[in-house]
Amino acid sequence: MSWKDGGQFPDRREVLWSVILLAGVSLVTWAVFASVRYQWHWEALATRLPQVMAGWGWTLVISAVALVASVLLGLGLMLGQRSGLTPVRLLCRGYIELVRGTPLLVQLLLGYYILANALHVNARMPVGIVLLAMFEGAYFSEIFRGALESISATQLEAARAVGFDSRQIWRYVIFPQAMRRALPGSAGQMVSLIKDSSLLSVIGIEEVTRKVQLMNASAYFGLEGFIPLALLYLALTLPLSWWTRQLEAKFRYET
Amino acid sequence: MLISAQNLTKRYGEHAALDGASFETPANAKTVALLGPSGSGKSTLLRLLGSLMLADDGCASLDGKALSHRENEALKQRRENGFVFQSFNLFPHLSTLENVALPLRVVHGTEPTAARTRAVEVLERFGLGLHLEKRPSQLSGGQQQRVALARAIAPKPRLLLLDEPTSALDPMMTQEVLEVIRTLAESGQQIVLSTHEISFAKRVADWIVFLDRGKVVESGPAGDFFNAPRSELARQFLEALTRYR
Repeated sequence: MSWKDGGQFPDRREVLWSVILLAGVSLVTWAVFASVRYQWHWEALATRLPQVMAGWGWTLVISAVALVASVLLGLGLMLGQRSGLTPVRLLCRGYIELVRGTPLLVQLLLGYYILANALHVNARMPVGIVLLAMFEGAYFSEIFRGALESISATQLEAARAVGFDSRQIWRYVIFPQAMRRALPGSAGQMVSLIKDSSLLSVIGIEEVTRKVQLMNASAYFGLEGFIPLALLYLALTLPLSWWTRQLEAKFRYET
Repeated sequence: MLISAQNLTKRYGEHAALDGASFETPANAKTVALLGPSGSGKSTLLRLLGSLMLADDGCASLDGKALSHRENEALKQRRENGFVFQSFNLFPHLSTLENVALPLRVVHGTEPTAARTRAVEVLERFGLGLHLEKRPSQLSGGQQQRVALARAIAPKPRLLLLDEPTSALDPMMTQEVLEVIRTLAESGQQIVLSTHEISFAKRVADWIVFLDRGKVVESGPAGDFFNAPRSELARQFLEALTRYR
């Protein structure tokens, strides 16, 4: 299926246009860079590459762990908002509003320098992962809630009419449909998570952004590190985008 | 089936969809048709009889067995019924075959191969043998409603309830579906259906329950109702429905 029809592989026209557009954009980019009066020191980059790649490895680990944790948290928060117990409902709603209403940067600084300090937890990496998961979890829960609430009440009626009990309704009717509806939004949020992990650099976690900052400082250069940095993030986010499109195509059905 | 309702009431906020509906059908009535204008409470009555809803007041029984006011009992009762909705309500993420086979396996505990065989048998009987792997969205309205019928009768329900099954269909598809319902009625399936298809009701129904604004206005044998309706409301209703059809 072509990209236009939501598939993962482009058709011939799309390939041709992709090549043309890529060439055009590359040309413009080169022109922009060439016009900036700057001495590029690419060779200095090469010696520090192992360090940068180690940082990239950590970004991968952080993203993977935070992803699993935030999806679980998102599910929990979504279910909590539907709970029959008022304090649970209110706590979940309050948490989501607070976390979505403040910048990740602020949450990281408050979370590490005040909260973690108070709890005498000093290990940066776990704290960073937890804070990132807590942030993204709030966003995932709203995506899941939207997907769930978009399922028509007539589906529930049909499920009951057929004799499903609550557990069966959830498992056979609601969850399959909600999951498909949540895929596009969740895919976007996963990509955001990978990019947001770059902010963990402000609390000193040695993921790839921080490594590039350190490299820039030690080699006295300014800009060379950032281009590879962008490419390294793309190396993580593009395959993820591609994989989620594949999932969407696999689970697609018309309503 | 002997259906008995006493003072059934169901409210939605301030509005009483059913307002003290009472009637009784004889034990030998196989096909009961609920007739009445929109808002008369037909859909609500059907859902109460099918244990999809619990009444606020009053009680009802099917063949002497009272309809429960408790959800877990109601679940058991639902499992003995088959329900068909006006807007089909198939599961869009499942194939035609799976729509019919899944409840057999999961609700009625049928073995997977037996469930598949039964599902295929029923679907073929309704003329859908070539559409087993299609999704509902790939089927026409008439085909979807026939799948819904298959899903409802595959577990051999004690009672089949249909809520205006052809109201969302064009005349051709209406014919298809009414044909299927007629064959089910003739093969002995107990049926309660609400419909605006008067000619169909005349041919197939044994007993008519006529509702207006939440109350039962008339309840009697089909022949008596159509030939000599006792109430003015019923007379007007029948006249209005047959004027242009």
